Amino acid sequence: MTTFKPTWQAGLFAAALVLPGAAQAALKVFTCEPEWAALVREIGGDKVNVYAATTALQDPHRIEARPSLIARARSASLLVCTGAELEIGWLPVILAESGNRAIQAGQPGQFFAADFVPLLEKPTVLDRAEGDVHAAGNPHLQTDPRNIARVGEALAARMARLDPAEAAFYRSRWADFSARWNASIARWEKEAAPLRGAPVVVQHRAFPYLQAWLGLKEVAVLEPKPGVEPSLASLATVKSRLAATPAKMVLRAAYQPARPSEWIASQAGLKAVTLPFTVGGDAQSDDLFGLFDSTVSKLLAGLN
Amino acid sequence: MLRPALLVAALAAALPAQADTELDALRAELKDLKAAYEARIQALETRLQQAEAKTDRVAVQARAASPESPARGGGFNPDVSLILQGKYAHLEDREERGISGFMGAGEHSHGGSGRGFSVDGSELVLSASVDPYLRGHLNAVLADGEVEVEEAWFQTTGLGQGVSIKGGRYKSGIGYQNEQHPHAWDFATNNLVYEVLFGEGYVQDGLQLKWLAPTDTFLEFGAELGAGGAFPSTNNDSNGVSSVALFGHVGGDVGVSNSWRAGLSWLRAKPRARAFEGHDVNEIETEGDFSGKSRTWLADFVWKWAPNGNPTQQNFKLAAEYFQRKESGALFCDTAELGSACTGGLTAPFDSDQSGLYVQAVYQFMPQWRAGYRHDRLFRGDVAFNGADAGDVFESLADYDPRRHSLMLDYSPSEFSRLRLQYTLDQAMEGVDENQFYVQYIMSLGSHGAHKF
Repeated sequence: MTTFKPTWQAGLFAAALVLPGAAQAALKVFTCEPEWAALVREIGGDKVNVYAATTALQDPHRIEARPSLIARARSASLLVCTGAELEIGWLPVILAESGNRAIQAGQPGQFFAADFVPLLEKPTVLDRAEGDVHAAGNPHLQTDPRNIARVGEALAARMARLDPAEAAFYRSRWADFSARWNASIARWEKEAAPLRGAPVVVQHRAFPYLQAWLGLKEVAVLEPKPGVEPSLASLATVKSRLAATPAKMVLRAAYQPARPSEWIASQAGLKAVTLPFTVGGDAQSDDLFGLFDSTVSKLLAGLN
Repeated sequence: MLRPALLVAALAAALPAQADTELDALRAELKDLKAAYEARIQALETRLQQAEAKTDRVAVQARAASPESPARGGGFNPDVSLILQGKYAHLEDREERGISGFMGAGEHSHGGSGRGFSVDGSELVLSASVDPYLRGHLNAVLADGEVEVEEAWFQTTGLGQGVSIKGGRYKSGIGYQNEQHPHAWDFATNNLVYEVLFGEGYVQDGLQLKWLAPTDTFLEFGAELGAGGAFPSTNNDSNGVSSVALFGHVGGDVGVSNSWRAGLSWLRAKPRARAFEGHDVNEIETEGDFSGKSRTWLADFVWKWAPNGNPTQQNFKLAAEYFQRKESGALFCDTAELGSACTGGLTAPFDSDQSGLYVQAVYQFMPQWRAGYRHDRLFRGDVAFNGADAGDVFESLADYDPRRHSLMLDYSPSEFSRLRLQYTLDQAMEGVDENQFYVQYIMSLGSHGAHKF
């Protein structure tokens, strides 16, 4: 009787047989967060194939380096992520395991949004005793629509460079989006005028860019240190501080647990406002315009 | 704009007697001049605006690229991390610990297997890009009086097509737990499967070729050639390859909350004079060695659940591995004492067909807190020596199925620190029923790299 005995030569042969021959028509883009997936779609339309590695209900700091993510990164010709160490807990594994040269560091296929935006909250002390600090600055830059515009301009140029055949298409779509976006920014700023100077509490330091844009005043943070879950003791400290400097509302991103915000809201008489934070964070935020429509209207509702 | 206007006024004042036609012509000429000036000035203003906008962008980019905001701490220096581990173990006072029914891997522990307080080896990890084409990684374990190189490898990053090549000393890609260092284990002690197969985990000195298929489902194949310096192989002082491994992994998501990975691996080793120690049935210590061939199959499966794919609040992990190992060759045993089958030296055919499995479940029921249960079980199977059951000659190869039950509870103040409490009912040795208690700490300092799935 002859039996098949697996040898390493046979394994290599089998691997060689199934080597890919498939050509890709559309520009394949792997995005780390939904806001960049939405932005790529605005610029690329039907000429791009976009994959978003995370959803609005996931904490982008803490994602498992799942096999599905590695498989998607394998065939991407462009990787669009926030950068500034936001994805440091999982993206390095994805990159190392992907076997994809195009998206490695130093390649034009690796695009970090944080490279095109001046970052806020750069730490002066780098010590883990300070919690989950990001050396490059606060990475949650997508909460200011002007940053979306900055990133979009560079992204459109990068997409045009990687896919020269469709360069004109990307440029014209960007020009169209950019015009509509700037008009929307002006509208949002007008609508949000009453928010200027409004004192707010945040659960995680997720909104410094939003605060800077609309002139919100952050009076307290629920997390005792970045990335450290609020404890009852730390919440009590915040509560006593709010007695001296009252705030209007407490903000949290859709992916964060509701309990700390709700506790402080009931204890200190604030409104608990859940912001979508990114595309898909609530029913209204199905694209970038919806994201800021929803953000502004929820903030205004929190004021009353 | 002012000057042409003044000119027109002056001309009009100075030449009142001029003919109307001449004046009209002059006026028209000046009007043209004025329009031309305006157009040019407007063009200049637009160019100025564009230039200003460009400098803005350049400034932002320059700020992003400037060294005041290095993408990673330390600039060109490698990422450095240090793992501190130790435990308190409450164990019974036993003369000997072993796994009955199996020719197991020799003790491979970093001084952490004793009773009472002990410090496990501290892992020092350095890693960085070598150049645009390669990255390098070193994992050294510091223990009393020794530094052991657990891993020291380079890996290609620039081959593309899903292909990567690793060379040096690396943890083999076989199985699921094999690539994990002890600090990443979900329990304070190793499972019986890995303990009997490899001691801690299988480490290759050699080359690894991996290929990731261009499919949306994760599909990965790997092949390894190694010198085989570790159990079940031996370093045979040859130019050839003593250890060959093949593995394949497949994985994906089910909905947004579930993900999984399954794998099948195969390891071929050529042990030559692999050390063997065993008690014979008359409690006489025998020594010897085994030469022949060793084939191991490993099947692994991991399933993880996290609500909405967000593991920070709650998550669940199920991992299971099953192995089958067949060894055949010649076993030599010897003892100076009289009354043993090995007395005076005996070399005889040895054949074994053995298997085992472990299943573990870990549940994070609230942030920072996890509870887990693991069941390890080995099936001694057929072990023949000198034409009869090996249990007739060696007590240590008796027909006994070793097993262990472990319960653990761990608390992680942050993702960089963990404290663990574990209870194990150990029945790995025939006739032994031991209650073991462990308290373990794992601390991770520095730029600790991301963990695999």
